[in-house]
Amino acid sequence: MKRARAEILSTRRVGAYRSITLVAPEIAERSRPGQFLAIAMPEGRAFILRRHFSIHQASRHGGWAGTLEFVVDPSVGAGTGWLAGAGAHEFLDVIGPLGKAFSYPKRLTNCLLLAEGRGAASLFFLAQELVARHKRVDMILGGRTLESVFKPVDAKRLSQTVVVMTADGSLGERGGILDALPDAVARADAEVVYAVAPAPTLRSIAAFCREHRLPAQVAIEERMGCGFGLCNTCVVPVATKDRSAYENLRACVDGPVFDPSRILWDRWLGELPIVPPTAEPVPAIPHGGGEP
Amino acid sequence: MTAARSLVVDLGGIVLPTPVMIAAGCGGTGRELVGLVDLRRVGAIVSRTITVTERVGADMPRIAESPAGIVWETGLQNPGLDPFVSGELLRLARGGARIVVSIGGGSLEEYVHMTSVLQGRPEVAAIEIHLSGRDDELDRDVLGAHPDRLNEIVGAVARMSLVPVFAKLPGGCDDVVGLARTAVRAGATGVTLLASPPALGLDATRERLRIGTVSGWLSGPALKPITLRAVFDVAQALPDVPVIASGGVRTGEDAVECLLAGAWAVQVGTATLTDPAAAVTVAQGIVRRLNAAGLTSPAGLRGRLRPPEPTGAESHPVSTP
Ligand SMILES: Cc1cc2nc3c(=O)[nH]c(=O)nc-3n(C[C@H](O)[C@H](O)[C@H](O)COP(=O)(O)OP(=O)(O)OC[C@H]3O[C@@H](n4cnc5c(N)ncnc54)[C@H](O)[C@@H]3O)c2cc1C
Ligand SMILES: Cc1cc2nc3c(=O)[nH]c(=O)nc-3n(C[C@H](O)[C@H](O)[C@H](O)COP(=O)(O)O)c2cc1C
Repeated sequence: MKRARAEILSTRRVGAYRSITLVAPEIAERSRPGQFLAIAMPEGRAFILRRHFSIHQASRHGGWAGTLEFVVDPSVGAGTGWLAGAGAHEFLDVIGPLGKAFSYPKRLTNCLLLAEGRGAASLFFLAQELVARHKRVDMILGGRTLESVFKPVDAKRLSQTVVVMTADGSLGERGGILDALPDAVARADAEVVYAVAPAPTLRSIAAFCREHRLPAQVAIEERMGCGFGLCNTCVVPVATKDRSAYENLRACVDGPVFDPSRILWDRWLGELPIVPPTAEPVPAIPHGGGEP
Repeated sequence: MTAARSLVVDLGGIVLPTPVMIAAGCGGTGRELVGLVDLRRVGAIVSRTITVTERVGADMPRIAESPAGIVWETGLQNPGLDPFVSGELLRLARGGARIVVSIGGGSLEEYVHMTSVLQGRPEVAAIEIHLSGRDDELDRDVLGAHPDRLNEIVGAVARMSLVPVFAKLPGGCDDVVGLARTAVRAGATGVTLLASPPALGLDATRERLRIGTVSGWLSGPALKPITLRAVFDVAQALPDVPVIASGGVRTGEDAVECLLAGAWAVQVGTATLTDPAAAVTVAQGIVRRLNAAGLTSPAGLRGRLRPPEPTGAESHPVSTP
């Protein structure tokens, strides 16, 4: 993890989002899919905390070596709005890469990647790394409207099949990414599932994967104070290894990537009564060359 | 002959390389700050508040930003005393900073037990007593808000401890001076002013509470004037007592204000979450101010406050840090 004063090389619009490319060689060279950045907000305004963004691309080789790209949804609030308006040659105070990355399967080959909206940003990075390891990648991308589906065209370059789902039917099929999950698993003969989406969607994906005994990893988001482990605020309830109890793990250093079968979704999201975690362990993704 | 300028402060027996500490709950577990700040240049790190047994902590979400501060509630998540002593404490100390351990509890027995375990440990430079939690024995909301109980708990910890003891007085209480006097009479080496006051975070557009446990605590810049008032009042009443200012310190100038008001040292909490090196940059700000004012030690700033200037009669400022 490094702290850098990073120059913005360029910014561009990608559908409903703004994509920002930074020059940050020390961070770029350490970055892996699933990790994120903590970016300081400008002085003299009503900002206290950093804002957090998943890493979309980290170029270690070639003409773009040392650059880092992340994607901002400018509609959320003042911080994301400010970042979306930042221009080339401005400098950002960036700490990264933060958190645990996705791990890559060693033996299993067929990987299904699902994302809702900007969540796809980190999955593109993951897809590249999986393809480089000769894995088969299939993708489901979703969004409210066609504008909020992230890079559906680029996805075709990385994955065997791409299913697009929009809530209003303006692109692809009408519906959510969950609706496409069972078919996609069957068609791609998926052995491993990766997902980035709002927590309620991830909870349903977790239930599906548990039912079908599919190993999975999800990247979650919880409100963060620092992003590097100091403040114990971004915690998520995760069952202990033997599943006899749970502990509140920091999403920033122990996540944001977790095994969804170990997250106590009901306790976390607080909408349903607390149920004990499953006694039957779901196979974990066997580690390949990746983290953690 | 002029003495060399030094930031070293002696808080009634604990000698710190600088008067800028990292506040309780904002300094991590000994792993996180490595590489982001030179810990030998941090005055001290106060641990998160430790309790006898593990606490899994509060429900999510635990943090909400507001324009001048953050509302938070961790529920004092911590591994419990014994795992802390055998793991986190050693790691924290290995970083090179002096370690102050914050202890919390709901009963006299818990405070006494923690003190007995901690005060013999070479890694523990001082104890800070967290007093804002529930009093399980007397069934009161804020344990340290009542002089009888403050006297009893602080007295027991201070009598047993071989290291200096600081009472972190609850925020949002009446009569801070009275509570400080009680704590010092009971044997506290000094006081930390103040703990975060109770607060609530709301989202008007979604008509929702922002904190999982409903209510939380306020930290950040909004607190500075409250901190200054508490520090000033206590320093006036108890001039020989080491006062540590906590609440709203973000810049060197904030720290200088606290020192002018009478503090012996300051703590930086929320600012560390944004700028992990805040404790060092704040100390550098103090150095600049000492140099500008021709002072050799932070203590030289105490007692220099003068009444406000009549509007329009501008005199020369001492350059700001
Ligand atoms: C690990 C991680 C990775 C992230 N990656 C990305 C990314 O790649 N691209 C991106 O655009 N955003 C990402 N986010 C979310 C982003 O950090 C927040 O949207 C941002 O902090 C909001 O700041 P703001 O000042 O614009 O809004 P604020 O003014 O802080 O908040 C506006 C509203 O949005 C809510 N809000 C704040 N943070 C979140 C959140 N994390 N999730 C849902 N609601 C929130 C607030 O409660 C408030 O109601 C990520 C968050 C985390 C924790
Ligand atoms: C996330 C967070 C966790 C905290 N945890 C503790 C704690 O465990 N014990 C404690 O005494 N104070 C705790 N505090 C309060 C700080 O130590 C400090 O007194 C307060 O934040 C005011 O200072 P600041 O404005 O510099 O943040 C915490 C503050 C924050 C923001």
